[in-house]
Amino acid sequence: MESIDKLNAFFEYNPVRVQDAKKAGKKVVGTYCLYSPYEIAIAAGGIPVSLCGTRNDSIPAAESELPRTLCPLIKSSYGFLLNDSCPYLAASDIIIADTTCDGKKKMFELMAQKVGMIILQLPHNQNPEVGLPYWTNQFEILADRLEEEFDTVISEEKLRDAITLMNDERVALKRLMDTTMYIPSPLKGTQLLEVVFKSGFLPDKKTGISLLHEAAEELENLGKQGVSPYSQDTPRILLTGVPVGLGCHKVITLLEECGASLVCLDTCGGYKKTALMVDPGSPPDKKALLAALAERYLSIPCSVMSPNPNRYSTLARLVKEFSADGVLDLTWQGCHTYNVEAFSIKKYVQDQLSLPYLQLETDYSEGDTEQLRVRIEAFLEIVKAGK
Amino acid sequence: MIVMGIDIGSVAAKAVVLDASGNTVLSRVMIPTGWDHRRALTDITDLATSTAGISSGDIHTRVLTGYGRVAGKDDMPVVSEIACHAKGAHFLFPEAGSVIDIGGQDSKAICLGPDGAVTDFAMNDKCAAGTGRFVSMVATLLGHNLDAFAKLAEKGNPLPINSMCAVFAESEIVGLLAKGHDPADIAAGVCHSIASRTAGLASRLGFKAQLCVFSGGLAGNPVISTSLETHLSKPVIPAPFPQFVGALGAAILASQQ
Ligand code: SF4
Ligand code: SF4
Repeated sequence: MESIDKLNAFFEYNPVRVQDAKKAGKKVVGTYCLYSPYEIAIAAGGIPVSLCGTRNDSIPAAESELPRTLCPLIKSSYGFLLNDSCPYLAASDIIIADTTCDGKKKMFELMAQKVGMIILQLPHNQNPEVGLPYWTNQFEILADRLEEEFDTVISEEKLRDAITLMNDERVALKRLMDTTMYIPSPLKGTQLLEVVFKSGFLPDKKTGISLLHEAAEELENLGKQGVSPYSQDTPRILLTGVPVGLGCHKVITLLEECGASLVCLDTCGGYKKTALMVDPGSPPDKKALLAALAERYLSIPCSVMSPNPNRYSTLARLVKEFSADGVLDLTWQGCHTYNVEAFSIKKYVQDQLSLPYLQLETDYSEGDTEQLRVRIEAFLEIVKAGK
Repeated sequence: MIVMGIDIGSVAAKAVVLDASGNTVLSRVMIPTGWDHRRALTDITDLATSTAGISSGDIHTRVLTGYGRVAGKDDMPVVSEIACHAKGAHFLFPEAGSVIDIGGQDSKAICLGPDGAVTDFAMNDKCAAGTGRFVSMVATLLGHNLDAFAKLAEKGNPLPINSMCAVFAESEIVGLLAKGHDPADIAAGVCHSIASRTAGLASRLGFKAQLCVFSGGLAGNPVISTSLETHLSKPVIPAPFPQFVGALGAAILASQQ
């Protein structure tokens, strides 16, 4: 696919572009979580990039300080710092992190001894009276800190522009991800992941956005014509659960090898990222804009929230929109929040959505590939029988 | 119509030849898998046909399952072990609602729907303490084969085995022996421990109140099956020729191809 290749070729130069932007006086803001507001970083003249560790090779280094039983995402992220092996981390002028799960926030304490960080105290409750005022205050603190760090002023106008830019990016990315709604889907799961993952490092958002639209348009045409690597009968799978990126995507590769079409990523890089918009028009001033942003970010349906009702309603909606035939729930070993929540998600998917469900608990290593394959094959047999 | 089901496990390769017209088993054979899965596939096929007194041309369809299933994926349909165990158990006991299989390298719990279709399943292949390997290891430690170990366990009063890991359990057992505990009590304790672990695997699935079929090499151990009954609160029936349930299921699927 021409436009997808073009997009990937553009992504290739992301690290170089980050360096160029830095030379031109831009600041790089590293983030580790979807709860970190990109808009505020952009309004402060920063380029936000995701630093979430998705590769196994940095884990051994991390295990010299962190417990082996910890979630691989946390170990991988920390290992990149110890090994100094991530160009985006090296380029970061400041890092924003959130107190999400226990493992991550304790790792951030170690990290903060080595690099400059702003740690946002994320409330674990989405109640508008309890969690939201607290979170809004965190965003105000963040805006002040970034103004100070970068010696700049975050004006109302800059904030509005940043909100519009991020909305545009979400719309573009969502449009591209929506093309898998066609039956059969024009895009393979691994291609979907690659695009979605790499778009998390876009320094030049404007060009990125137009390329995403271009790719979406090509895919829409293919979808309409029924051009696809799959057939009408290919099982359509929705992936939910922990964040997945390039390097820890063995389950997505296995799904493909076992003959399934991954149609929807209900994960941090995917629909959790694009689902909610912020209205740049109506809030009257900067304070109100920050509050609107806080509201948007706090509604992200991650398992660190307690309770986490939006995860269920999101699943129900996505399953319908994407005509999913089964739900695969991926949980990393050592991730208590997603692993515990899997029990309720399973019940919900089987009883309320009447779909086959499989939970896979694994890490970033390749050692259990064959064991995972057996489960995926058996799961797909159930899915096909129910189709 | 004569069909064959082949199950290439990590330890043993098994095959069942079935005359699907009368549902009679013509042969049931098992060999060690070895390292060469293609070789195991050829050998087990030859042995199964010669034992059944037929030639390979008489076989209408073959279906392959098990850990080594990739070895023949270009030559015949391949089906997961889960689906094969379900089919095999349903064939043996049509009224069954679930299957528990404790094999050498893994254990599985399967919920059955109508016609022996799989509705849900869970597997353990990470922790050796929940597989047959753990029992074999303790049997060896006590100087017995699996049959003698089962007989010994029947005579014992189960001692609690607390370690959650096979490696630690081994040292715990050595310690218990050193303290002078009766090997029969230890054997009974080990049987109870594996039964409760396996029942734990099944408990997440919500087994229906129907009969549960027990397959795999340990199904012949009455202490384990009785203990499973207690944990699951439902009748547990050891499958006849329990190591062949997967291959039997594959044969049945072959007859439906
Ligand atoms: S899974 Fe939750 S904690 Fe992790 S990056 Fe996503 S939103 Fe943040
Ligand atoms: S996957 Fe789970 S344990 Fe790992 S960082 Fe995210 S919330 Fe924390």
